[in-house]
Amino acid sequence: MNRIRGFGRLVPLAVMAVVLAGCSLTIQDGVLDSLAPEGPIAEDLAGLYWLVFWIATGVFVLVQGGLVYLLIRFRARQGDESEPRQVHGNAKLEVVWTVIPILILAAIAVPTVSRVFKYTECAPDAYHVDVIGHQWWFEYRYPEAGIWTANELVIPTDQEVCLSMESDDVLHNFWIPKLNGKRYLVPGQETTLLMLADEPGEYFGHCAEFCGLSHARMRMRVIAKEPSDFEAWLAAQDLPAVEPTAGSLEAEGLELFNSLACSACHLIRGVNNSSVSNVIAIGPELTHFASRGSFAGSTLEAEDPDALAMWLADPPQWKPGSFMPDLDLTPAQIEALVAYLRSLD
Amino acid sequence: MAGTLTRPTRTVFRRPSSTDGFWGWVTTTDHKRIGILYGYSAFFGFLIGGIEALLIRLQLARPDNDFLSAAEYNTLMTTHGVIMVFLFVMPMAAAFFNYLLPLMIGARDVAFPRMNALSFWIFLFGALFVSSSFIFGTAGAPIGGNLPGGAETASWLGSGPNGGWFGYAPNSLTTYSPGSAMDYYTVGLQVLGLASLISSINFIVTILNMRAKGMKLLRMPVFVWMTFVTAFLLLFSLPIITAAVFMLMFDRQFGTVFYDAAAGGDPVLWQHLFWLFGHPEVYIIVLPAMGIVSEVLPTFSRKPLFGYSAVVFAGAAIGFLGFGVWAHHMYASGITPVAQAAFGLATMTIAVPTGIKIFNWLGTMWGGKIRFTTPMLFAIGFVSLFVIGGLSGVTHSIVPSNWQQTDTYYIVGHFHYVLFGGAVMGLFAGLYYYFPHLTGRMMNERIGKLQFWTMFTGMNLTFAPMHWLGLQGMPRRTWVWFEEMGRGVGLWNLVATIGAFTIATSVLIFAINFIRSKRNGTIAEIDPWDARTIEWSLPLPVPAYNFAETPTITKLDDFWHRKYGEDDEGRAVPRPDLAEYLARLVEDGRNPKEVIHLPAPSYFPFLVGVGIFFLAYGLAYLAAGTGLPLLVTGALIMIGSFVGWSVEPLEEPHDSQEVDAV
Amino acid sequence: MSAPHDVHESTGIENRKLAMWAFLSSEFLLFGAFISNYLLFKGRLPVTDALHPVNFYDIPFTSISSFVLLMSSLTMVLAHHALAEGDQGSARTWLLATAGLGVTFLGGQFFEFSEFFDAGAGLGVAPVWSSFFLLTGFHGTHVAVGVLMLVILFVISLRNDGLSEAQGLNLELVGLYWHFVDIIWIVIFTIIYLIP
Repeated sequence: MNRIRGFGRLVPLAVMAVVLAGCSLTIQDGVLDSLAPEGPIAEDLAGLYWLVFWIATGVFVLVQGGLVYLLIRFRARQGDESEPRQVHGNAKLEVVWTVIPILILAAIAVPTVSRVFKYTECAPDAYHVDVIGHQWWFEYRYPEAGIWTANELVIPTDQEVCLSMESDDVLHNFWIPKLNGKRYLVPGQETTLLMLADEPGEYFGHCAEFCGLSHARMRMRVIAKEPSDFEAWLAAQDLPAVEPTAGSLEAEGLELFNSLACSACHLIRGVNNSSVSNVIAIGPELTHFASRGSFAGSTLEAEDPDALAMWLADPPQWKPGSFMPDLDLTPAQIEALVAYLRSLD
Repeated sequence: MAGTLTRPTRTVFRRPSSTDGFWGWVTTTDHKRIGILYGYSAFFGFLIGGIEALLIRLQLARPDNDFLSAAEYNTLMTTHGVIMVFLFVMPMAAAFFNYLLPLMIGARDVAFPRMNALSFWIFLFGALFVSSSFIFGTAGAPIGGNLPGGAETASWLGSGPNGGWFGYAPNSLTTYSPGSAMDYYTVGLQVLGLASLISSINFIVTILNMRAKGMKLLRMPVFVWMTFVTAFLLLFSLPIITAAVFMLMFDRQFGTVFYDAAAGGDPVLWQHLFWLFGHPEVYIIVLPAMGIVSEVLPTFSRKPLFGYSAVVFAGAAIGFLGFGVWAHHMYASGITPVAQAAFGLATMTIAVPTGIKIFNWLGTMWGGKIRFTTPMLFAIGFVSLFVIGGLSGVTHSIVPSNWQQTDTYYIVGHFHYVLFGGAVMGLFAGLYYYFPHLTGRMMNERIGKLQFWTMFTGMNLTFAPMHWLGLQGMPRRTWVWFEEMGRGVGLWNLVATIGAFTIATSVLIFAINFIRSKRNGTIAEIDPWDARTIEWSLPLPVPAYNFAETPTITKLDDFWHRKYGEDDEGRAVPRPDLAEYLARLVEDGRNPKEVIHLPAPSYFPFLVGVGIFFLAYGLAYLAAGTGLPLLVTGALIMIGSFVGWSVEPLEEPHDSQEVDAV
Repeated sequence: MSAPHDVHESTGIENRKLAMWAFLSSEFLLFGAFISNYLLFKGRLPVTDALHPVNFYDIPFTSISSFVLLMSSLTMVLAHHALAEGDQGSARTWLLATAGLGVTFLGGQFFEFSEFFDAGAGLGVAPVWSSFFLLTGFHGTHVAVGVLMLVILFVISLRNDGLSEAQGLNLELVGLYWHFVDIIWIVIFTIIYLIP
């Protein structure tokens, strides 16, 4: 019969969907996978998600199963001309299917509300970092250590890190899925977000709020280091930039940095401290550029010299809307700048 | 059947006298024709928005794709949302409201036939205005930024509004969105809002005042109830979005600083205002479909709607609660934990009335004799898919886990289950169900079923994977994604793209079926579905005057009870002379016994729309200096037409458009 | 359905009146949004304290113009009353008087705005100023639309030998609108000007 065949077609589809979904959930090689958490907060959030997921799956199976069952059982059969009983409703049932959802929701409300408060405020002994959102990169300032960096946020492991965030232009959204959920960066208002990593490592992130033309090219990373490594990193970042040896390709790059427009927006401590604003950064600070693994909103790998050359040759091509213009650099100039930037560790 | 006009009163122009042809449609005040105009316009919007969706899915089919530029993607992403919400679902719902409302409550027309035409023309010109941004609009990099290749402005495909349908400030301010693209958004939303406001007032008055004798509020079909709730949602949510975009327009053009943080303004204010409108908007979109489904399920189950009053009150409760949950769009925006918890709990409560509706629909089918016609398949599809959208909606009320899912494809997946699986499936159920009413012919059932299965499959292929994409970390509104997001993201993006083209195929099948069936479908007899509500007691296609004699209503599902009695066990028993009864209905319906006066056609609603069209361009370009002449022209046309309107009587006093008594 | 006024009305309230009530309830929320907006920004000080609008308000002047607007509600009632008595001539006069008072109020608002501008205020000086000008200007636009409707009504009354309830635009509807605009002004005047 036509109707049965209709539902027969549903079965393989449903099976296929379930199998595919299962496969997909076992592929956890994504750097932004919120269901493959690596920090305690993110693990807790994922646990809460799974709890609700299974409750929802239970409801789903019951309701859809009931639907398929009644569609098969109460289908009009050929040749059966009888009419059904005209039932208008049932007050008891109405009460039942009002109360049961309320009970289920009350049960999931408890862990929800407790975690809202738990993860919204920073502990008093948390390590503080200021985060500033720019179109299209994140800037980090360590108030205690007095250092600035960009794109890659370095934090100590096993310590709660409290991010005090604000935006310099439009809304952005700081999100490291494997460590915590997300929080907006709002111009003119401070927001806070907790970061907690218990293993050293590299955690990927993505700006999650639409922030204009190059929203897709605004990413960041969190680098978690053992406390001792973290202290060493802070000390190294505090040093001024290395000076290239005279006559080298790097020295040529430094000269270009100063003579071209670069030094108007980028700060290299020991090179152009006085000529660039210390209040609002226009471009990322480059003093220890080579100590970072990625650049251009963490979308390009620093270890790849071709990527750096490609970026310098035409920034808006990679990041449309970019405030860094195409400077019409010659290949020789690019080569010198790449050499200089890669020496800044 | 159309009457004759003999001596039109001379006002500013001669009163239009034609009821056919181009001018007949332009000047019509017949709610059915206005409904049809809404329907075709909305379907056109659906096609455009759909093509945009296909382009978006092509771009996202593989990592770091360069099929679209960033500017083009952002414009398509924005206008896909604007078009699907404001130029497809809302006008398609308005098409059903217009066409059905008077028929379902036994009225000859809506309360204000000319205002009804006016809301359509304002909508249409508003739609044309917004769409024309692709031609006339300009968009570029934020001030100080650079476009690829040193270009000054984006290509035509990237020249429409580009700040997202949600237009979050400050990105939508001139500093970050220079050019006129976002002015089309701010002005366009005001124009479209005005159209919806006018029609919502019209529907409220119609439902309150124009009901046939005996049509008590709790005897109204559920569709009428859902229209009523929707109209109130519009009435109370449109002023909020109007205030928000009005302020954005002033910020962009006249130097106010509402959203400009640098000058002390508050960007979060925009979010509150937008979602205070935006969340009720979700119910504005889905309640009409729920109304349609509540009509279709009982008809094809051959049982009354289970728990009629529970369904009605649940609908009203959803509408009411819809105003108290807006901040669940903003859990990550830095609002206080108390607010997050409160809005989380409020959001959970919405699941209760939604659940009541679902269970009552299941109760309606339980114990019935279910006939799997195409409209029924779409209605069942609605129930099934809406359950999924509702359940994934509950996961949003879990605030901490929402911090992970918000602004990812998980949300995109969720709301497409609600808006496509819900609203669109419901609207298609309505299109198949009422096609005979519109055309007097039946839609082809075999092709219809093929379309349902294609759409159902395509819909799930497209939007189910988006949940996994979101959980695996793919953010929304990004014009490229990157390979390191993992193999899962790669796989599901590809599947979603295949799904999108499957949906497109089903829409194509629908278009073919529609055109074919309209030309040579089986002729529809009266009451082809053996339905329950009084609009089916009319001969098909419906005469211009609707009811030859205004019906008197004695029961809920009045028409059914005129056809069927009940035996001792409560089983339906057809009246013995059912066939003769229906034949008599046709005979009586086509031959009114008295002179029926109908609202006469009018030029003025159309002309006011033209005025507003110019006015909109004037406003969008006012600060640029070129807008003033357009503004003045538009205002003069508009005011002049209103003056003409206010001296024109609704009907010609003596020799109006009459249907001659036989 | 031969004329709108003998249509069957389930609620007993005339269609156009019901529509006007619905419209005004929507308008109320629109004004509510703008008023809350002002209250939100009122506490956020602009660049300097001296630039806060409260230091600009000329309460006696605005009280007088508020009184003028209040009186226009009275003349509107008188026009309505005269029409009910069948006195077309007086109704017309009171209509014109209402429009005149409305125009006077608008003149006062224009004067007030230009004073503020001269003293250094402006749309973009601070969000609280943006809110002030938007709210009061939006209200002023409503008064202007009301005046326009009164004038149209007056012209119609000359053409059609009098005013009648059967017209699309009738005195009662314009009256409802006019009273609403007046009441909103009382709210605005109290919240914006009088409450410190």
